Amino acid sequence: MIAEDANQGLADKLYLVKYEIDEENCHLIIKDEETCRRCEEKPCIDRCPAEVYRWVEDEEILEVAYENCLECGACQIVCPYDNIDWSYPRGGFGVAYKYG
Amino acid sequence: MSESEGAIAPKFDVIVVGAGPAGVAAATVCARAGLETIVFERGRKPGVKNVMGGVLYTRPTAEVFGEFWKDAPLERCVIEQNAWILTEDSAIKLGYRSRQFAEDIPNSFTVLRVRIDEYFAQQAEAAGALIINETKVDEVLQEDGRAAGVRTGRPEGEVYAPIVIIAEGVNCELTKALDMQSDLRLEDAASTVKEIIRLDREVIEDRFSLGPEEGATIEMYGASTQGMLGTAFLYTNQESISLGVGVLLADAVKDHTTPFDMLKQLKQHPVVAPLIAGGESGEYMSHLIPEGGYNRLPALFGHGVMVVGDAAQLVNGLHREGSNHAILSGKMAAETAIEAHEKGDFSAKTLHKYRQRLEKEAPTMNDLRKYRRATGFMERHPWMLSLYPQLAADSIADMMTVDPETKRTKQWNIVKDVIRRGWIPRMVWDAIDGGRSLI
Ligand SMILES: Cc1cc2nc3c(=O)[nH]c(=O)nc-3n(C[C@H](O)[C@H](O)[C@H](O)COP(=O)(O)OP(=O)(O)OC[C@H]3O[C@@H](n4cnc5c(N)ncnc54)[C@H](O)[C@@H]3O)c2cc1C
Repeated sequence: MIAEDANQGLADKLYLVKYEIDEENCHLIIKDEETCRRCEEKPCIDRCPAEVYRWVEDEEILEVAYENCLECGACQIVCPYDNIDWSYPRGGFGVAYKYG
Repeated sequence: MSESEGAIAPKFDVIVVGAGPAGVAAATVCARAGLETIVFERGRKPGVKNVMGGVLYTRPTAEVFGEFWKDAPLERCVIEQNAWILTEDSAIKLGYRSRQFAEDIPNSFTVLRVRIDEYFAQQAEAAGALIINETKVDEVLQEDGRAAGVRTGRPEGEVYAPIVIIAEGVNCELTKALDMQSDLRLEDAASTVKEIIRLDREVIEDRFSLGPEEGATIEMYGASTQGMLGTAFLYTNQESISLGVGVLLADAVKDHTTPFDMLKQLKQHPVVAPLIAGGESGEYMSHLIPEGGYNRLPALFGHGVMVVGDAAQLVNGLHREGSNHAILSGKMAAETAIEAHEKGDFSAKTLHKYRQRLEKEAPTMNDLRKYRRATGFMERHPWMLSLYPQLAADSIADMMTVDPETKRTKQWNIVKDVIRRGWIPRMVWDAIDGGRSLI
């Protein structure tokens, strides 16, 4: 547990969250990388509560840190090109809240 | 039992997908009637995937779980409810407090989902339902145009039943795959984040003037969502505070503020900060709330299948009611499943009784219908949560400030200001359209 301090960053918060990471399967799949390159807004990045999506400028790819996913489902809805093949992690994997 | 462990019987009377309140209520009622009932839950145990504010309403819950308040892991009995309108640095506060809410049948309790979902699941198991954790349903199997069972991620994971009750929550992948619902749009869901802030019991009771088991709730509008369509909430638990904020995705995408930043700003708000000061962060979480309501109901039933709870968009966002509709819809789907088994007819002809029950025996359909124009209203009047809070706060501040101006002059200044800004036509339209849409 860490003292509540309004300056804490997201990383500190995610550190408190318990996950069972599925090392074999990524449950968030970008259907077509070219589509993300053309996408101007990239709302997936700002709408994600856990900063799962990050635009890597020099490689021009969308990096997906699926291990941090809180499984809310917002990214799938906000993607203007329906370009995220979204599913929940396999049974037993993913986030496991203590309080909820 | 988990996905990797042993085999389970291939045939049941009822399959339920999801062990949230909707699914577990359905399973409990089915099992009590003697139906062989199996529930699949993708989480390690019921509750670990789930988030709510959360206020649990006693009466609808008791319809399935009896006098649960006598032994369930509840946080506090809500005796005070507040609605605050925030501007950037001030708040207009309105509240209602009464011990009556705690007497006889208490009205509502604050809860933490991981604890309460596990308790409800134990009730279902006691009634005879089988709950299989760590198992995701990947597909609803169909035979001759009717639901016939499910395929899970387990080895030899196909299980059959003449009735499948889908209680998968807001991200309704299975419901969509059956063409019973279309893809959710930006207007159909609010994105929420919530944090548990741990504080000593005595500190909470002092800060909110509460007795040992008493709780308070605060809903916050206006600057709490930076004027976007949404609300923030603060609920007292035994030894923590649930603080969260949610915004309709349609509004959220117009802005670059992330959900995390919005929560952070809420915590720094001068009216909120003192209430959580000195606390320790216990958990950060996120979840969607269905907001499509009546306009976005899925096909609630088909041959051999019924959809309940959040998967069916059965949430009244304006009154933060979801768990109650989840439990009641689960119960009514179960009663319909029992009837279908008695008749031996699992077709839509029998299962349409589920919708009839929701119309007649629960407030669900009527309440959703009443607010079917609410979201549209807010879209047409996007200034509702920014203009009025600021205007009201400024006016109150002005009237309360003691200076050489007379009260009459102060009043007149407020009116002149409104006229000068050209707000009168807008206000008339707000009132007329608001009356039509919300009352
Ligand atoms: C921030 C927030 C605050 C809220 N506050 C309140 C409140 O104060 N009062 C109130 O009454 N309501 C509130 N709600 C709404 C309430 O939480 C929901 O309406 C309620 O939880 C719906 O119950 P459900 O059983 O339909 O869905 P859920 O609770 O979402 O349960 C669905 C279950 O299905 C499981 N599942 C999903 N897919 C699969 C699959 N394919 N295979 C196996 N398992 C699967 C999930 O893991 C989950 O356990 C709030 C919601 C949020 C997000």
